[in-house]
Amino acid sequence: MTPVWSQIANLGAALAFIIALKALSSPKSARLGNRIGAIGAIAAVAIVFFSESNLKHLPLILIAVVIGTLIGFVAARKVQMTQMPQMVALFNGVGGGAAMAVSAIEFLKIGTTAGFVALFATVFTIVIGSISFTGSIVTFLKLQELMTSRPVVLPLGRFITIGMASATLFMSVYLMIFPEIWAMWTLVGLSLIMGILFVLPVGGADVPIVISLLNAFTGLSVAASGYVLDNVLLLVAGTLVGASGTLLTQLMAKAMGRPLTSTLFGAFTAKATSAAGTAVDRPVKSAGPNDIAIMLTYASKVIIVPGYGLAVAQAQQTLRELVDLLISKGVEVEYAIHPVAGRMPGHMNVLLAEADVPYEQLKEMDEINSEFSNASVAVVVGANDVVNPSARTDKTSPIFGMPILNADQAEQVVFMKRSMRPGFAGVENELLFNDKTTLLFGDAKDSLSKVVAAVKSM
Amino acid sequence: MSVEIALLTIFILSIFVGFEVVSKVSTILHTPLMSGANAIHGVILVGAIIVTGHADNNLELGLGLVAVVLATINMIGGFVVTDRMLELFKSKKTNKSGDKK
Repeated sequence: MTPVWSQIANLGAALAFIIALKALSSPKSARLGNRIGAIGAIAAVAIVFFSESNLKHLPLILIAVVIGTLIGFVAARKVQMTQMPQMVALFNGVGGGAAMAVSAIEFLKIGTTAGFVALFATVFTIVIGSISFTGSIVTFLKLQELMTSRPVVLPLGRFITIGMASATLFMSVYLMIFPEIWAMWTLVGLSLIMGILFVLPVGGADVPIVISLLNAFTGLSVAASGYVLDNVLLLVAGTLVGASGTLLTQLMAKAMGRPLTSTLFGAFTAKATSAAGTAVDRPVKSAGPNDIAIMLTYASKVIIVPGYGLAVAQAQQTLRELVDLLISKGVEVEYAIHPVAGRMPGHMNVLLAEADVPYEQLKEMDEINSEFSNASVAVVVGANDVVNPSARTDKTSPIFGMPILNADQAEQVVFMKRSMRPGFAGVENELLFNDKTTLLFGDAKDSLSKVVAAVKSM
Repeated sequence: MSVEIALLTIFILSIFVGFEVVSKVSTILHTPLMSGANAIHGVILVGAIIVTGHADNNLELGLGLVAVVLATINMIGGFVVTDRMLELFKSKKTNKSGDKK
């Protein structure tokens, strides 16, 4: 049994985590909250070196901690803000991997003598930790575009997944009845494959929700390993993350207008996306940077709708330059931020903040939607799905029900797009073919600098 | 009260606390909150250190050390990347108050 002082210190760390999560829910206290959490976690790690008796291999453990710290710190400092969602996914995955490894070792030690509940918790951590590990790696590959971001449906995918899920379930039960080592390793293997199969059919736009869900999974597996190790801190911390992560996942799904079940299993129910082939022949109106510059300079009110394409082109600074220029010419300009603009809820706010866009120019969807009807021009930069009117009207559309920005209600609409390719959700956007829509093709940064130059010369 | 029941009590109460603390979060903070929560489960490092410290053979030791490295990456990387995100929100706010004055 661990000494009393360390149990009390662990209580302190658990409290730090609760305060951290609470503080993270409010913009004012968020940063402080994160730091309180960090202090709690570091303190908890420091304590274990003193409270746990007879720790062997101390030098090796310390080296491992140093290596992990270096990798984690450098990766977190170096990552660009556009790539941050996949970084979070990766950090979450390695956490799941760690939980799985801890439980595997614990099984090797106590497997044959463990009680039923402890065995159940071990099996649970192995399965969920493994799924979180490989699942997060696949989400990372999808977001990093090292593999396609479209839903991947294997031939007979549904049967493979159901088969694998049954095998995993069977092996879990087997392991609880016959705690044998080969069965444990088989379960590890099956669960790792399950993680991949679980995430493959999820479409790119839904990946953030899956990251959040896997985050909750890792939390629960940490909680379960806390039970196995009789460690109250792990139990509390893991449960907190598991519960808050589950709620957060639901909140995100709601913000995107996607029921969780259709996010996870949507790709299995093969849906007929509006035929993209016919779209190519349809006429669109495109214009050069000069025409756009004139349109914007003589507008009374312009609303910018930034999307992920903007961030990919690293054009936030150029966009701000254009907006500043227009404001200096007396045009009223605001940004309309869709809750899921970027790749994660709140991501676009982070990206624009990085480009020093003043906070008061950023308007949330509920705030700005009624203003589109008063706007002379809505400029959609690198966004698509978040202004797709079919989310309002077309019941067969995969994004039906998703709250969208009412860009179509502005007098005129300008799209800065690289091509006619549909957005992340893979849905054709009717607004592109609307009479009041003008398209400016090209890389967002390129197009924006040309428009800036044109506005300047006027 | 047996240890099992005590742990179960803590588990259930923690679920409610977990739901409660994030119930009113604004959309802007979804990403930092997820990232912060992600860092908190990096505390599995404590578990990794305990099992590695009691490893009896090379398999357990090797697996344990891998777990320690992975858990540390989760914890340190998670907190640092969350801090970076929130730093941006901070600078926005100083801008705001600066503009007003």
